[in-house]
Amino acid sequence: MINAKRRVVLKGSLSAGAVGVAISSGLLTPQAVLADWPAAAFTAKTVDDGLKDLLGTTKLETSDKIKVKAPDIAENGAVVPVTVEADMDGIQSISIIAAANPTPVIASFDLGPEAVGFVSTRIKMAKTAKVIAVVKARDKLYSAAREVKVTIGGCGG
Amino acid sequence: MANTIMIRARVKDGVTEVKSLISHPMDTGLVKDKKTGEVIPAHFIKEVVCKWKDKTVMTAYWSGGVSRNPYIAFKFKGASKGDKVELSWKDNKGESDSTTATIE
Repeated sequence: MINAKRRVVLKGSLSAGAVGVAISSGLLTPQAVLADWPAAAFTAKTVDDGLKDLLGTTKLETSDKIKVKAPDIAENGAVVPVTVEADMDGIQSISIIAAANPTPVIASFDLGPEAVGFVSTRIKMAKTAKVIAVVKARDKLYSAAREVKVTIGGCGG
Repeated sequence: MANTIMIRARVKDGVTEVKSLISHPMDTGLVKDKKTGEVIPAHFIKEVVCKWKDKTVMTAYWSGGVSRNPYIAFKFKGASKGDKVELSWKDNKGESDSTTATIE
C-alpha cells in the first residue's frame, strides 16, 4: 500500500469488490476538495483511480442509509435512471459511478447546507455493472451499490 | 442558446423538489459516427448550478456519462412558494444557458 497506482484491467471482475467492501477506520483525509470540475476523476479508467481523483481515497464505508434506485434490468444502456437517497446529516456530495464504464465516474453533485440527500438523473451504462453511490457527509465517505443488468450498452458503437 | 432548460420546482412540507430536463447531446467523445467512422467530438455539460436567494443549493459536475438530454432532480429545504430558483449549465465548448423558475 505505498502509492502504487492500481491499474486494473477493465473487465467484469472489477466492480464493487474493490470499492464497496472497502473498510474504513473512520477518519479520512480527502485531499480533493470539490471546488472545480474534477477532470482527472472523469477521465480515470478504473473505479479506484476515479475515486482517488475524486475523493482522495478508495476507502468507503458501506451504509444502509443510502438507497440506490435503479432498474434491475436496463434494456437501453443509454438511458438508465438512477436515484440516490441518503438519510444522513451534513451531506456534502453525492457521486454516481458505473463500475464497468470506460470512464466509471459519471457525476458528482455538491450539495449546499440547505440540500436534502437526494439526487436523481439518467446515466449511460456500457454493460452490466454495479452502480455505486458515494455520499460524503461530515467529511466521511459512505457508499452503496446496486447491480444493473444492461441488455444493450449505451456508449454508442 | 435559449430555452434549453425545462424546469419545475415544487414545495411540499418545507422541502422543495426541483426537476429539470435540459436539451443537450451529451456526446462523450468516445463514440464513432456509424456512417463516417469518425469520432464524434466530446460535447457535454460539465456543470449545473442551482441557486436560491443567492445561495448555491446544488452544483452538479458531469462527465459525458450522463444521458443525452439530461434529467436532474434534487431537493432542498427552506424555500417557500413564490421564491425563485435559478438553474444554469455550462458545457465543455463554453456554451451555457440559465433559467429562473418560481416555486409552486
